[in-house]
Amino acid sequence: MSKQIGDVILNVQNISLSFGGVKALADISFDVREHEIRAIIGPNGAGKSSMLNCINGVYTPQQGQITFRGQTFSHMDSHQVAVMGVARTFQNLALFKGMSVLDNIMTGRNLRMKSNLFWQALRLGPAEREEIEHRKRVEEIIDFLEIQPYRKTPVGQLPYGLQKRVDLGRALALEPQVLLLDEPMAGMNVEEKQDMCRFILDVNDEFGTTVVLIEHDMGVVMDISDRVVVLDYGKKIGDGTPDDVRNNPEVISAYLGTGH
Amino acid sequence: MGLIFAALSGNVTVILQFDTHMDTTFPRLLALHASQRPGDAALREKEYGIWQTLNWADLFIAVRQMAHVFARDGMQRGDHVVIIGANRPNLYASMLAVQVLGGIPVPLYQDAAATEYVFPIHNAEVRFAVVENQEQVDKLLEIHADCPSLARIYYDDPRGLRHYPPTLLSHLQQVLREGAALVAQQPEFVHTQIEKGQADDVAAMFFTSGTTGTAKGVVHTHRSLLDRAKAGADFDRLTHREEVLAYLPPAWIGQNIFSYAQWLCCGYVVNCPESAETVTIDLKEVGPTYYFAPPRVFEGLLTQVMIRMEDASAIKRRMFKYFMDIAREHGPRRMDGQSIGLWPSVLYGLGNGLVYGPLRNNLGLSRVRVAYTAGEAIGPDLFSFYRSIGINLKQLYGSTETAVFVCLQPDNQAYADTVGVPCNGVEIKVAENGEILVKSAGLLKGYYKNPEATAEVLSADGWYKTNDAGFIDSRGHLKIIDRVKDVGRIQGGVHDGAMFAPKYVENKLKFFPFIKEAVAYGDGRERVCVMLNIDFDAVGNWAERRNLPYAGYTDLAQKPEVYQLLLECVEKVNADLSADTLLAGSQISRFLVLHKELDADDGELTRTNKVRRGYIADKYAVLVEALYAGRSEQHIETAVKFEDGRTGSVSATLTLSDAKVFAPVGQAA
Repeated sequence: MSKQIGDVILNVQNISLSFGGVKALADISFDVREHEIRAIIGPNGAGKSSMLNCINGVYTPQQGQITFRGQTFSHMDSHQVAVMGVARTFQNLALFKGMSVLDNIMTGRNLRMKSNLFWQALRLGPAEREEIEHRKRVEEIIDFLEIQPYRKTPVGQLPYGLQKRVDLGRALALEPQVLLLDEPMAGMNVEEKQDMCRFILDVNDEFGTTVVLIEHDMGVVMDISDRVVVLDYGKKIGDGTPDDVRNNPEVISAYLGTGH
Repeated sequence: MGLIFAALSGNVTVILQFDTHMDTTFPRLLALHASQRPGDAALREKEYGIWQTLNWADLFIAVRQMAHVFARDGMQRGDHVVIIGANRPNLYASMLAVQVLGGIPVPLYQDAAATEYVFPIHNAEVRFAVVENQEQVDKLLEIHADCPSLARIYYDDPRGLRHYPPTLLSHLQQVLREGAALVAQQPEFVHTQIEKGQADDVAAMFFTSGTTGTAKGVVHTHRSLLDRAKAGADFDRLTHREEVLAYLPPAWIGQNIFSYAQWLCCGYVVNCPESAETVTIDLKEVGPTYYFAPPRVFEGLLTQVMIRMEDASAIKRRMFKYFMDIAREHGPRRMDGQSIGLWPSVLYGLGNGLVYGPLRNNLGLSRVRVAYTAGEAIGPDLFSFYRSIGINLKQLYGSTETAVFVCLQPDNQAYADTVGVPCNGVEIKVAENGEILVKSAGLLKGYYKNPEATAEVLSADGWYKTNDAGFIDSRGHLKIIDRVKDVGRIQGGVHDGAMFAPKYVENKLKFFPFIKEAVAYGDGRERVCVMLNIDFDAVGNWAERRNLPYAGYTDLAQKPEVYQLLLECVEKVNADLSADTLLAGSQISRFLVLHKELDADDGELTRTNKVRRGYIADKYAVLVEALYAGRSEQHIETAVKFEDGRTGSVSATLTLSDAKVFAPVGQAA
């Protein structure tokens, strides 16, 4: 592999977030470099999803700021985040179950559509040309994720592993620079996990997309990540290459516990 | 052999024109199509959801560019070139380009493990490989240390290969670009190369799957392949208007004949599916007119229809049942061109509008003019089902060594139990031991570097020993019973000395939708015992309908209810066999249901999905022993190989069951 890891694209500084008395995140800082695969790991309830939600603008942290491509925000707006080229997938799939795979991925193109609702409804002139352009891009994603057999299948009828793939496809349709993946491998069997790993690596390799992923399957994370942040009860307890993290005593005790 | 100049896609190109008689080669046929009908479609491939067409002129241009680069890279006349991948236009073009240079394409099965490629590559001293994608490149790189002769690998799909070192690899797209420059420098090159090629040159080599021992390279010349391709095409009056879907492995000679030899012979359109998983969708979109599938594909389609019918509304189910009964009664005779009477004709016509037509359309077979099945025996019910709904399904007989076409069924004489009449240019005789001998212009030149094996099957006076036992019946049709070496004898007991035809028994079992595979033992023994594999889809569905919970394959296979279900199947087979004086001794006295599916990756099936009886007997020796010892239970642990190459083990305690055998019908009287 000869991929070029670039400069810091996303910098999270001193983020704290609490819900009432519960401190979900306490003074978390880390950075993400361009073209890298950055993992956030930690046991259940460590604050991984909360972290992603702060970056994504779903939650507003009480303290701290986030710098994305040189612009600093104390609060990310989820629409603006998407416009800036950050896409995400969800831990508990948020797909339109009754719509086909094709249409679901097409919704990911929404931000890139220029013609207004009126022309789209009539499917005339520029709207039609635009739709062909978008369809082309969607077909490339379908080809990339190898879901051609299910193009016209309603998403609700697909097995879970494939739904996850469609979710990834929709995020890719945005042509993101940064992709946030919330437990992309949760609930999958070994084979599905391997497939998903390959797709994540391919996305990173083919499109140069920066990937931030949350996962609690250590094995998977260590294999595909360039750098790993470890959270435990809202605190950062480790940060570094997979090897560094693996040998960090604090991480070992958080994961293996003391006396299970 | 005249020469004409034709303008192709703006470039002035030299195109050869050759006589159409049989002294031709594949590259000459390509040149012929490209000059006579440059704008007609040659290949189609579905990409990004759209069927993309390549016409004969474009194909010729691509082949020419590839040939230039291959020659520059050092490919010479007589070089063997390995081709690995699914049916892709670029791989087809590369086979033609290799043949232009007088090289010999050796297609290999794309789903084989890397180590299985070592033998062919060594055997044929292969220096070049053309492969489909990263998966195949990885496999070849994995064995490269064992195969140092391999000097260059060309690949079609660049995905994931960008960071691979280019020392060994070339992208076919890049080859085409470089080729374009070389064509401009030497416009006459390909033309002279094509002229050098002669009909008796070796055209291709196919490694047989080898039910026994190591694979052997079957060598065919342009003449042998094209002679058979033409005989088959004449038999069914194929034209350039046929549409074919190429979805079986190109390494199998059947696919090669249907979508390569006959494609160039007739000049029809070959369609390449989008991926292996989309074949059923693509089939509907293409609507082939000439279709080939092994029995298991037809069986799979029928199972799907039946499962979906069970979920249909009550009215539809009743309509389906009513009209299928009519089809069963009158359809086959109607298909054979016999009169069925006025009232049945009216009912059949109504059924055609309401059921058969929509069903054919749903299967993607509404335009089929000629459909073939071969490779294994097809169940009579299955066979007549397709014929009864108006699909001209027929059987044929042939093998890799005979370039497929030996016997074919004429349109109006399709019987489930025969494989048809000898086609043009074929002579057949039956040897003393019941073995079928064949003579035709399509026979193999020999096994590659294996004169002993060649001498074993090819006699000095040109007869090929098929290894199949059979006879010509009263209608002049060939009927196959089993492999000669597999036909055994029962020893001891009431049926002492009776004939035992394992495949015949296995096939009868497999005709039941619930049974996926069967392996029968009985040669040199007193009784016949079988091991069965359930069909997970069919039995799973059956269980769900009966509210029978199960945890997975192994659990379902061992359910007492499933044993009862299979017992009924076994006893029906026994009743059937007892009616046959020759084979009454082959009745099954005991059986068991295996805990895992027999798999080619575990060496239990060949790559063409035929059971390897001897290997299975060794691997499951404890089970065979337990069957004959009369035990009612046996524990077994088996090593399995997963698709990614890792190994694991499965263990289970299997139930063994007795079955009722019937007194031979003849003896009872």
